Amino acid sequence: MPVRFELYELPPTTRVLRGEVRDFLRAELGDRPPARRAPSWGGFDREFSRKVGARGWIGMTWPTRYGGHERSVLERYVVLEEMLAAGAPVSAHWVADRQSGPLLLRFGTEAQRARFLPAIARGELAFAIGMSEPDSGSDLASIRTRAERVPGGYRVNGTKVWTSNIHRSDFMIALFRTHHDPAKKHEGLTQFLVDTKAPGITIRPIIDLAGSHHFNMVLFEDVFVPEEMRVGEEGAGWKQVTTELALERSGPERYLSSLVLLVELIREVGKDPGERAAPVVGRLVAHLVTLRQMSLSVAGMLEAGDNPNLEAAVVKDVGTTFEQEIPEVVHALTGVEPTLASGTDLAQALGYLVQHAPSFSLRGGTREILRGIIARGLGLR
Amino acid sequence: MNELRAILADVVTRLFTERVTREVRQSAESGMWPDALWTAVEENGLTLPLVPEARGGAGGTWADAYIVVSAAGRHAVPLPLPETIVAAWLLARADLEVPTGPLALAPAQRDDDVRLTPATGGWRLSGTARRVPWGGSARHVVVVTAVDGRAMVARAAAGGFGVEPDRNLALEPRDTLVFDRTPVTAAPAGAGVPPDAAWQYGALARAAQIAGGVDAILKSATRYATERRQFGKPIGAFQAIQQNLAVLAGHVAAADIAAAHAFRAADRGDALFEIGVAKARTGEAAGIGASIAHQVHGAIGFTYEHDLQFVTRRLWSWRAEFGGEAWWAATLGREVALWGADALWPTLTAR
Repeated sequence: MPVRFELYELPPTTRVLRGEVRDFLRAELGDRPPARRAPSWGGFDREFSRKVGARGWIGMTWPTRYGGHERSVLERYVVLEEMLAAGAPVSAHWVADRQSGPLLLRFGTEAQRARFLPAIARGELAFAIGMSEPDSGSDLASIRTRAERVPGGYRVNGTKVWTSNIHRSDFMIALFRTHHDPAKKHEGLTQFLVDTKAPGITIRPIIDLAGSHHFNMVLFEDVFVPEEMRVGEEGAGWKQVTTELALERSGPERYLSSLVLLVELIREVGKDPGERAAPVVGRLVAHLVTLRQMSLSVAGMLEAGDNPNLEAAVVKDVGTTFEQEIPEVVHALTGVEPTLASGTDLAQALGYLVQHAPSFSLRGGTREILRGIIARGLGLR
Repeated sequence: MNELRAILADVVTRLFTERVTREVRQSAESGMWPDALWTAVEENGLTLPLVPEARGGAGGTWADAYIVVSAAGRHAVPLPLPETIVAAWLLARADLEVPTGPLALAPAQRDDDVRLTPATGGWRLSGTARRVPWGGSARHVVVVTAVDGRAMVARAAAGGFGVEPDRNLALEPRDTLVFDRTPVTAAPAGAGVPPDAAWQYGALARAAQIAGGVDAILKSATRYATERRQFGKPIGAFQAIQQNLAVLAGHVAAADIAAAHAFRAADRGDALFEIGVAKARTGEAAGIGASIAHQVHGAIGFTYEHDLQFVTRRLWSWRAEFGGEAWWAATLGREVALWGADALWPTLTAR
């Protein structure tokens, strides 16, 4: 089939690095309880991100002249999967390391790279993503927030929504419309670096169903964005944002979000799991091992300079299905009541994941959008 | 994929595409041994990828064998080719001669009691091996068993044991073999080959066949969805069909990588865990995959006239042979429980 996963193997040299990351995480996280590890890459901790940056684990693959470390995609992969497996609070650098930095590296100006990349790599700059709007979710190309040319730059008016963590981020990379032609909605889109403290920006919290605040609505009222903060050419936004979304979809965070709950389930069933639990746990482990090989394969393709957009969509679709299945399996097997802050570690981890699992197949492109991408890869669209 | 493997893939694809016709499959289902096809397969050197060159084999790796075995599944090849590849490997590893002709692999059931005992001038085999794939068609049966806790490999020539014929859903022979002090050639299994090697490596082979089989039914369903028109357009233009085929594609990708991962582990030695992962994961893909492929094909896919059934009936049998998902998943579950919760991630990443 046109979807092609070649088996990939991490080079043995990554073992030392893996050990270093584990030692670091043990020292930093100590015996942090599972319920606090459950947010995975949702945990926001600037101090932690600065320490990760100091270890050289942000911007790992970027050139040293931009504060990067010129390490391989696979070394970066090892750091990511260890951070995720430990439930480390990586959110303050995650977006910048995963997509904003690589976007600037590829499409940004020399001045933008020099200004932003070293600070990102130090773990000092947090980025948010400005894509969705109230009337533009899956149909991203229909966005209406306008950036009009004015002397020295652009004037922005409109609204972004579901903007995670912008209330504690320094910058956002936003997609705006610089040219309006209803017949060509994919054209006329442009990406910009926006200072979250710029005058005219109003940030309104959106509280999620679990009572947490990470989402926001962002209102732009005559916000001035200087010319030098445009990323790439005017009108090149759609191509760039597609590249960015591929980066957003290709990592191990798309199958490891519920790992902490699987670990607690294994603790719960004990050394002798019995006839009922053994095959259920074993089946999940078979999926976990398989997904890790699929995810590694995508990393290998990125390392080789290929463009595994289709494969990344497959991993995210299969991976989020797995992530969402784990809480269901825990329900079926243990019957434990999900709790907020009482009960066992299993009950609390379940409490967190039951409430957050619906988002897994929404964020970064819905399941339906991803399956549409896969169907196109099969030649059906 | 390296260049040699790419060439091998081309050779098997061309051979199977040309030679494994509907007529050949149908004739095999009626009980005829596909002799011409077997000869072509043997002449192309596809039966001995794991036998050293000094013994007349290709001297390849399990990763090479994966190309052949998954292709055998993809093309629903009505031959004991996977069984022969594994059995020949077992013979070569035990320093036993690898005969030409099809080989069967036994025991195929976990609780079969087949005993090997020393006798003057050689070894004797006694007991019943149930539902041995191609047991009555093979020229030799290769049996792995334990003697005093040590793995032994025995080779029994056809004619030296009783055969009670039976078949699986795909009408492939699954014969019960009755050994009664059958004289056999035997030797200690190669280093690292476990007493239940027939079971383990039989499961490994089935995982690869399933991976190839689900790939074939995805191709078939995708083609059908672009050709079949309803409501004025190809049914593949409907989102419901597209989304189902995308799900199938996910299972195909997972099955392929799970099986290939286990074959790579087999090249390193102890592959029991990865074989379990592969058999459990591909088995699930077989069930869901066959279901989606049939749904997309509609009524025509439910007929004998359509080729889809040659693959799906095999998938339904193969997922249960040499241990189904339940058995292998339980084995994995008990294993990780023994590791303990906190060792799960470190152990998986160290393998």
